[in-house]
Amino acid sequence: MSLAEIRETSFEETAGFGGQGAVGDYIALLKPRVMSLVIFTALVGVLIAPGSLHPVLAAVAVLCIAVGAGASGALNMWYDADIDRVMSRTRSRPIPAGRIEPGEALAFGLTLSAFSVAVLGLAVNWLAAGLLAFTIFFYAVVYTMWLKRATPHNIVIGGAAGAFPPMIGWAAVTGTVTLESVILFLIIFMWTPPHFWALSLFKRGDYEAARIPMLPVVAGEDVTRTQILAYSVALAPIGVLPAVLGFASLVYGIAATVLGIAFVFYALRVYRRREGEAARKAAVSLFSFSLLYLFLIFSLLLGDTLVPAVIGAIWS
Amino acid sequence: MTGQNLHEDGIRLTEEQKRRQRSRSVAIGLALAGLVVLFFVITLVKMGPGVFNRPL
Repeated sequence: MSLAEIRETSFEETAGFGGQGAVGDYIALLKPRVMSLVIFTALVGVLIAPGSLHPVLAAVAVLCIAVGAGASGALNMWYDADIDRVMSRTRSRPIPAGRIEPGEALAFGLTLSAFSVAVLGLAVNWLAAGLLAFTIFFYAVVYTMWLKRATPHNIVIGGAAGAFPPMIGWAAVTGTVTLESVILFLIIFMWTPPHFWALSLFKRGDYEAARIPMLPVVAGEDVTRTQILAYSVALAPIGVLPAVLGFASLVYGIAATVLGIAFVFYALRVYRRREGEAARKAAVSLFSFSLLYLFLIFSLLLGDTLVPAVIGAIWS
Repeated sequence: MTGQNLHEDGIRLTEEQKRRQRSRSVAIGLALAGLVVLFFVITLVKMGPGVFNRPL
Protein backbone atom coordinates (compact mmCIF):
# COMPACT_ATOMS: atom_id res chain seq x y z
CA MET A 1 0.00 0.00 0.00
CA SER A 2 1.43 3.39 -0.98
CA LEU A 3 1.51 6.36 1.35
CA ALA A 4 -1.19 8.06 -0.69
CA GLU A 5 -3.45 5.04 -0.29
CA ILE A 6 -2.72 4.87 3.42
CA ARG A 7 -3.56 8.57 3.76
CA GLU A 8 -6.91 7.94 2.11
CA THR A 9 -7.89 5.33 4.66
CA SER A 10 -10.12 6.44 7.46
CA PHE A 11 -9.22 6.65 11.12
CA GLU A 12 -11.10 3.43 11.76
CA GLU A 13 -9.17 1.57 9.09
CA THR A 14 -5.76 2.70 10.32
CA ALA A 15 -6.85 1.90 13.84
CA GLY A 16 -7.60 -1.54 12.41
CA PHE A 17 -3.90 -2.31 12.44
CA GLY A 18 -4.60 -2.88 16.12
CA GLY A 19 -2.09 -3.73 18.76
CA GLN A 20 -2.48 -0.43 20.64
CA GLY A 21 -3.45 -1.94 23.98
CA ALA A 22 -1.18 -2.39 26.97
CA VAL A 23 -1.09 -5.67 28.90
CA GLY A 24 -3.30 -4.06 31.54
CA ASP A 25 -6.00 -3.43 28.91
CA TYR A 26 -6.16 -7.14 28.11
CA ILE A 27 -6.39 -7.93 31.81
CA ALA A 28 -9.23 -5.38 32.07
CA LEU A 29 -11.07 -7.31 29.31
CA LEU A 30 -11.21 -10.26 31.71
CA LYS A 31 -13.23 -8.20 34.27
CA PRO A 32 -10.87 -8.95 37.18
CA ARG A 33 -13.34 -7.91 39.88
CA VAL A 34 -16.02 -10.29 38.59
CA MET A 35 -13.29 -12.90 38.14
CA SER A 36 -12.25 -12.61 41.79
CA LEU A 37 -15.78 -13.55 42.89
CA VAL A 38 -15.79 -16.44 40.41
CA ILE A 39 -12.41 -17.69 41.69
CA PHE A 40 -13.58 -17.52 45.28
CA THR A 41 -16.93 -19.32 44.76
CA ALA A 42 -15.34 -21.94 42.47
CA LEU A 43 -12.59 -22.54 45.04
CA VAL A 44 -15.22 -23.06 47.74
CA GLY A 45 -17.05 -25.52 45.44
CA VAL A 46 -13.80 -27.47 44.95
CA LEU A 47 -12.83 -27.48 48.62
CA ILE A 48 -16.17 -28.41 50.19
CA ALA A 49 -17.06 -31.13 47.65
CA PRO A 50 -16.80 -34.67 49.01
CA GLY A 51 -14.02 -36.79 47.57
CA SER A 52 -10.50 -35.89 46.69
CA LEU A 53 -8.76 -34.24 43.78
CA HIS A 54 -4.99 -33.84 43.48
CA PRO A 55 -4.12 -30.30 44.66
CA VAL A 56 -2.46 -29.51 41.32
CA LEU A 57 -5.59 -30.60 39.42
CA ALA A 58 -7.78 -28.64 41.86
CA ALA A 59 -5.66 -25.54 41.14
CA VAL A 60 -5.93 -26.23 37.40
CA ALA A 61 -9.72 -26.53 37.74
CA VAL A 62 -10.00 -23.16 39.52
CA LEU A 63 -7.60 -21.57 37.00
CA CYS A 64 -9.66 -22.86 34.05
CA ILE A 65 -12.93 -21.67 35.61
CA ALA A 66 -11.35 -18.24 36.22
CA VAL A 67 -9.97 -17.99 32.67
CA GLY A 68 -13.29 -19.17 31.21
CA ALA A 69 -15.12 -16.49 33.23
CA GLY A 70 -12.60 -13.90 32.04
CA ALA A 71 -13.06 -15.04 28.46
CA SER A 72 -16.82 -14.59 28.68
CA GLY A 73 -16.14 -11.10 30.11
CA ALA A 74 -14.01 -10.28 27.05
CA LEU A 75 -16.76 -11.56 24.72
CA ASN A 76 -19.29 -9.46 26.65
CA MET A 77 -17.14 -6.33 26.22
CA TRP A 78 -16.71 -7.08 22.51
CA TYR A 79 -20.46 -7.28 21.93
CA ASP A 80 -21.44 -4.47 24.32
CA ALA A 81 -18.85 -1.90 23.14
CA ASP A 82 -21.63 0.28 21.67
CA ILE A 83 -23.56 0.61 24.94
CA ASP A 84 -20.38 0.71 27.05
CA ARG A 85 -19.51 3.91 25.18
CA VAL A 86 -22.69 5.53 26.51
CA MET A 87 -22.55 4.54 30.20
CA SER A 88 -20.29 6.48 32.62
CA ARG A 89 -19.48 3.27 34.52
CA THR A 90 -18.13 1.52 31.39
CA ARG A 91 -16.93 4.38 29.17
CA SER A 92 -13.27 3.91 30.05
CA ARG A 93 -13.22 0.18 29.21
CA PRO A 94 -10.50 -0.74 26.66
CA ILE A 95 -12.76 -1.04 23.57
CA PRO A 96 -14.92 2.11 23.95
CA ALA A 97 -11.78 4.03 24.97
CA GLY A 98 -10.16 2.90 21.68
CA ARG A 99 -7.19 1.10 23.21
CA ILE A 100 -8.23 -2.35 21.95
CA GLU A 101 -9.95 -3.19 18.67
CA PRO A 102 -13.24 -5.13 18.90
CA GLY A 103 -11.76 -7.89 16.75
CA GLU A 104 -8.82 -8.26 19.12
CA ALA A 105 -11.17 -8.64 22.08
CA LEU A 106 -13.25 -11.21 20.17
CA ALA A 107 -10.17 -13.28 19.26
CA PHE A 108 -8.84 -12.99 22.82
CA GLY A 109 -12.17 -14.15 24.30
CA LEU A 110 -12.65 -17.04 21.87
CA THR A 111 -9.07 -18.28 22.32
CA LEU A 112 -9.26 -18.21 26.11
CA SER A 113 -12.70 -19.89 26.03
CA ALA A 114 -11.42 -22.77 23.89
CA PHE A 115 -8.24 -23.19 25.96
CA SER A 116 -9.97 -23.10 29.36
CA VAL A 117 -12.61 -25.66 28.35
CA ALA A 118 -10.12 -27.99 26.62
CA VAL A 119 -7.60 -27.93 29.50
CA LEU A 120 -10.34 -28.46 32.12
CA GLY A 121 -11.68 -31.42 30.12
CA LEU A 122 -8.30 -33.03 29.50
CA ALA A 123 -6.85 -32.43 32.96
CA VAL A 124 -9.91 -32.84 35.22
CA ASN A 125 -13.15 -34.15 33.69
CA TRP A 126 -15.47 -33.45 30.79
CA LEU A 127 -18.59 -32.82 32.90
CA ALA A 128 -16.88 -29.83 34.53
CA ALA A 129 -15.57 -28.75 31.11
CA GLY A 130 -19.07 -29.06 29.61
CA LEU A 131 -20.54 -26.95 32.40
CA LEU A 132 -17.81 -24.33 31.86
CA ALA A 133 -18.51 -24.26 28.11
CA PHE A 134 -22.24 -23.88 28.82
CA THR A 135 -21.52 -21.05 31.31
CA ILE A 136 -19.45 -19.13 28.74
CA PHE A 137 -22.16 -19.69 26.10
CA PHE A 138 -24.88 -18.65 28.56
CA TYR A 139 -23.12 -15.40 29.55
CA ALA A 140 -21.84 -14.39 26.12
CA VAL A 141 -24.79 -15.46 23.95
CA VAL A 142 -27.94 -15.96 26.06
CA TYR A 143 -27.36 -13.03 28.46
CA THR A 144 -25.21 -10.56 26.51
CA MET A 145 -26.55 -10.98 22.98
CA TRP A 146 -30.14 -11.86 23.73
CA LEU A 147 -31.57 -11.13 27.19
CA LYS A 148 -29.68 -7.98 28.19
CA ARG A 149 -31.25 -5.76 25.54
CA ALA A 150 -34.56 -7.59 25.29
CA THR A 151 -36.15 -8.01 28.70
CA PRO A 152 -36.15 -6.37 32.16
CA HIS A 153 -35.67 -9.86 33.57
CA ASN A 154 -32.25 -10.01 31.87
CA ILE A 155 -30.30 -10.41 35.09
CA VAL A 156 -32.75 -12.88 36.65
CA ILE A 157 -32.06 -15.47 33.94
CA GLY A 158 -28.60 -14.19 33.04
CA GLY A 159 -27.59 -14.47 36.69
CA ALA A 160 -27.32 -18.21 36.14
CA ALA A 161 -23.99 -17.62 34.40
CA GLY A 162 -22.51 -16.18 37.60
CA ALA A 163 -24.04 -18.98 39.66
CA PHE A 164 -22.37 -21.88 37.83
CA PRO A 165 -18.73 -21.56 39.10
CA PRO A 166 -19.21 -23.35 42.47
CA MET A 167 -21.19 -26.06 40.66
CA ILE A 168 -18.33 -26.47 38.16
CA GLY A 169 -15.85 -26.65 41.06
CA TRP A 170 -18.01 -29.31 42.72
CA ALA A 171 -18.28 -31.27 39.45
CA ALA A 172 -14.49 -31.07 39.01
CA VAL A 173 -14.04 -33.03 42.26
CA THR A 174 -17.04 -35.38 42.24
CA GLY A 175 -17.68 -35.78 38.51
CA THR A 176 -21.40 -35.27 39.19
CA VAL A 177 -24.02 -32.59 39.73
CA THR A 178 -25.75 -33.19 43.06
CA LEU A 179 -28.37 -31.42 45.18
CA GLU A 180 -25.63 -29.77 47.26
CA SER A 181 -24.08 -28.12 44.20
CA VAL A 182 -27.54 -27.07 43.00
CA ILE A 183 -28.04 -25.30 46.37
CA LEU A 184 -24.72 -23.44 45.89
CA PHE A 185 -25.98 -22.45 42.43
CA LEU A 186 -29.33 -21.30 43.85
CA ILE A 187 -27.72 -19.08 46.50
CA ILE A 188 -25.90 -17.01 43.84
CA PHE A 189 -28.83 -17.23 41.41
CA MET A 190 -31.27 -15.71 43.94
CA TRP A 191 -28.65 -13.21 45.18
CA THR A 192 -28.01 -11.73 41.72
CA PRO A 193 -31.33 -9.87 41.09
CA PRO A 194 -31.42 -7.83 44.34
CA HIS A 195 -27.68 -7.14 43.96
CA PHE A 196 -27.95 -5.76 40.41
CA TRP A 197 -31.32 -4.08 40.87
CA ALA A 198 -29.86 -2.17 43.84
CA LEU A 199 -27.06 -1.05 41.48
CA SER A 200 -29.56 -0.14 38.76
CA LEU A 201 -31.52 2.03 41.22
CA PHE A 202 -28.57 4.38 41.72
CA LYS A 203 -27.19 3.97 38.16
CA ARG A 204 -30.56 4.27 36.45
CA GLY A 205 -29.46 7.19 34.27
CA ASP A 206 -26.71 5.09 32.73
CA TYR A 207 -29.07 2.28 31.76
CA GLU A 208 -31.61 4.76 30.36
CA ALA A 209 -28.93 6.42 28.24
CA ALA A 210 -27.82 3.05 26.89
CA ARG A 211 -31.46 1.95 26.38
CA ILE A 212 -30.94 -1.22 28.38
CA PRO A 213 -34.32 -2.40 29.67
CA MET A 214 -33.33 -2.70 33.32
CA LEU A 215 -36.29 -3.08 35.66
CA PRO A 216 -36.25 0.51 37.08
CA VAL A 217 -36.18 1.90 33.52
CA VAL A 218 -39.00 -0.28 32.18
CA ALA A 219 -41.26 -0.94 35.16
CA GLY A 220 -40.30 1.93 37.47
CA GLU A 221 -38.48 2.16 40.77
CA ASP A 222 -41.44 1.09 42.94
CA VAL A 223 -41.81 -2.23 41.11
CA THR A 224 -38.03 -2.70 41.38
CA ARG A 225 -38.13 -2.13 45.15
CA THR A 226 -40.92 -4.71 45.51
CA GLN A 227 -38.99 -7.22 43.40
CA ILE A 228 -35.79 -6.60 45.42
CA LEU A 229 -37.69 -7.31 48.64
CA ALA A 230 -39.34 -10.43 47.19
CA TYR A 231 -36.04 -11.91 45.99
CA SER A 232 -34.33 -11.01 49.30
CA VAL A 233 -37.06 -12.79 51.27
CA ALA A 234 -36.63 -15.81 48.99
CA LEU A 235 -32.82 -15.72 49.28
CA ALA A 236 -32.68 -15.70 53.10
CA PRO A 237 -34.00 -19.28 53.60
CA ILE A 238 -32.06 -20.60 50.59
CA GLY A 239 -28.87 -19.35 52.26
CA VAL A 240 -29.71 -21.56 55.28
CA LEU A 241 -30.45 -24.69 53.17
CA PRO A 242 -26.88 -26.09 53.37
CA ALA A 243 -27.35 -26.49 57.14
CA VAL A 244 -30.92 -27.78 56.78
CA LEU A 245 -29.82 -30.40 54.26
CA GLY A 246 -26.91 -31.42 56.48
CA PHE A 247 -23.88 -30.46 54.45
CA ALA A 248 -23.08 -27.45 56.63
CA SER A 249 -22.91 -27.11 60.43
CA LEU A 250 -25.30 -25.56 62.92
CA VAL A 251 -22.85 -22.65 63.29
CA TYR A 252 -23.20 -22.00 59.56
CA GLY A 253 -27.01 -22.27 59.85
CA ILE A 254 -27.17 -19.68 62.63
CA ALA A 255 -24.78 -17.30 60.85
CA ALA A 256 -26.61 -17.70 57.52
CA THR A 257 -29.92 -16.97 59.27
CA VAL A 258 -28.52 -13.75 60.78
CA LEU A 259 -27.04 -12.71 57.42
CA GLY A 260 -30.34 -13.49 55.66
CA ILE A 261 -32.28 -11.38 58.15
CA ALA A 262 -29.76 -8.53 57.66
CA PHE A 263 -30.21 -8.83 53.86
CA VAL A 264 -33.99 -8.54 54.21
CA PHE A 265 -33.48 -5.57 56.58
CA TYR A 266 -31.42 -3.72 53.95
CA ALA A 267 -33.98 -4.62 51.27
CA LEU A 268 -36.76 -3.28 53.50
CA ARG A 269 -34.89 0.02 53.84
CA VAL A 270 -34.72 0.23 50.05
CA TYR A 271 -38.45 -0.56 49.92
CA ARG A 272 -39.36 2.15 52.43
CA ARG A 273 -37.00 4.97 51.46
CA ARG A 274 -38.17 6.06 48.04
CA GLU A 275 -37.20 9.70 47.77
CA GLY A 276 -34.00 11.70 47.41
CA GLU A 277 -30.62 11.06 48.99
CA ALA A 278 -32.01 8.62 51.57
CA ALA A 279 -33.31 6.37 48.77
CA ARG A 280 -29.95 6.46 46.99
CA LYS A 281 -28.05 5.70 50.19
CA ALA A 282 -30.36 2.77 50.96
CA ALA A 283 -29.72 1.29 47.50
CA VAL A 284 -25.95 1.79 47.83
CA SER A 285 -26.02 0.15 51.29
CA LEU A 286 -27.92 -2.87 49.97
CA PHE A 287 -25.52 -3.19 47.03
CA SER A 288 -22.49 -3.10 49.37
CA PHE A 289 -24.03 -5.47 51.90
CA SER A 290 -25.02 -7.94 49.18
CA LEU A 291 -21.32 -8.29 48.24
CA LEU A 292 -20.42 -8.85 51.89
CA TYR A 293 -23.29 -11.35 52.26
CA LEU A 294 -22.12 -13.57 49.42
CA PHE A 295 -18.50 -13.40 50.57
CA LEU A 296 -19.46 -14.35 54.15
CA ILE A 297 -21.85 -17.16 53.13
CA PHE A 298 -19.17 -18.86 51.02
CA SER A 299 -16.46 -18.12 53.64
CA LEU A 300 -18.62 -19.80 56.28
CA LEU A 301 -19.13 -22.84 54.04
CA LEU A 302 -15.37 -22.99 53.52
CA GLY A 303 -14.71 -22.58 57.25
CA ASP A 304 -17.14 -25.43 57.93
CA THR A 305 -14.89 -27.76 55.95
CA LEU A 306 -11.47 -26.32 56.74
CA VAL A 307 -11.75 -25.69 60.50
CA PRO A 308 -12.61 -29.33 61.44
CA ALA A 309 -9.92 -30.58 59.02
CA VAL A 310 -7.28 -28.30 60.59
CA ILE A 311 -8.37 -29.24 64.15
CA GLY A 312 -8.32 -32.93 63.18
CA ALA A 313 -4.81 -32.56 61.74
CA ILE A 314 -3.58 -30.85 64.92
CA TRP A 315 -5.10 -33.49 67.23
CA SER A 316 -3.84 -36.50 65.28
CA MET B 1 -4.83 9.56 13.72
CA THR B 2 -3.89 6.81 16.12
CA GLY B 3 -0.52 8.25 16.99
CA GLN B 4 1.23 6.14 14.39
CA ASN B 5 3.54 8.11 12.08
CA LEU B 6 3.03 7.26 8.41
CA HIS B 7 6.19 7.25 6.32
CA GLU B 8 7.01 6.17 2.76
CA ASP B 9 8.38 2.89 4.09
CA GLY B 10 5.29 2.15 6.18
CA ILE B 11 4.10 2.77 9.69
CA ARG B 12 6.61 3.77 12.34
CA LEU B 13 5.48 3.09 15.89
CA THR B 14 5.85 5.78 18.51
CA GLU B 15 8.02 5.07 21.57
CA GLU B 16 4.89 4.44 23.65
CA GLN B 17 3.58 1.95 21.06
CA LYS B 18 6.95 0.19 20.99
CA ARG B 19 6.91 -0.04 24.79
CA ARG B 20 3.41 -1.53 24.76
CA GLN B 21 4.38 -3.97 22.01
CA ARG B 22 7.38 -5.11 24.07
CA SER B 23 5.28 -5.58 27.21
CA ARG B 24 2.68 -7.56 25.22
CA SER B 25 5.43 -9.76 23.81
CA VAL B 26 6.81 -10.40 27.29
CA ALA B 27 3.31 -11.23 28.57
CA ILE B 28 2.68 -13.67 25.70
CA GLY B 29 6.09 -15.27 26.31
CA LEU B 30 5.37 -15.67 30.02
CA ALA B 31 1.93 -17.11 29.27
CA LEU B 32 3.41 -19.66 26.85
CA ALA B 33 6.14 -20.61 29.33
CA GLY B 34 3.47 -20.96 32.02
CA LEU B 35 1.46 -23.27 29.75
CA VAL B 36 4.53 -25.46 29.13
CA VAL B 37 5.09 -25.82 32.89
CA LEU B 38 1.36 -26.38 33.47
CA PHE B 39 1.08 -29.15 30.87
CA PHE B 40 4.28 -30.77 32.17
CA VAL B 41 3.00 -30.80 35.76
CA ILE B 42 -0.47 -32.03 34.68
CA THR B 43 1.19 -34.87 32.76
CA LEU B 44 3.23 -35.88 35.83
CA VAL B 45 0.16 -35.76 38.08
CA LYS B 46 -2.10 -37.66 35.66
CA MET B 47 0.42 -40.33 34.62
CA GLY B 48 2.78 -40.36 37.60
CA PRO B 49 6.57 -40.38 37.51
CA GLY B 50 6.34 -43.66 35.59
CA VAL B 51 5.75 -41.57 32.47
CA PHE B 52 9.55 -41.37 32.17
CA ASN B 53 9.97 -45.14 32.64
CA ARG B 54 8.94 -46.57 29.28
CA PRO B 55 10.70 -48.23 26.35
CA LEU B 56 11.71 -45.89 23.57
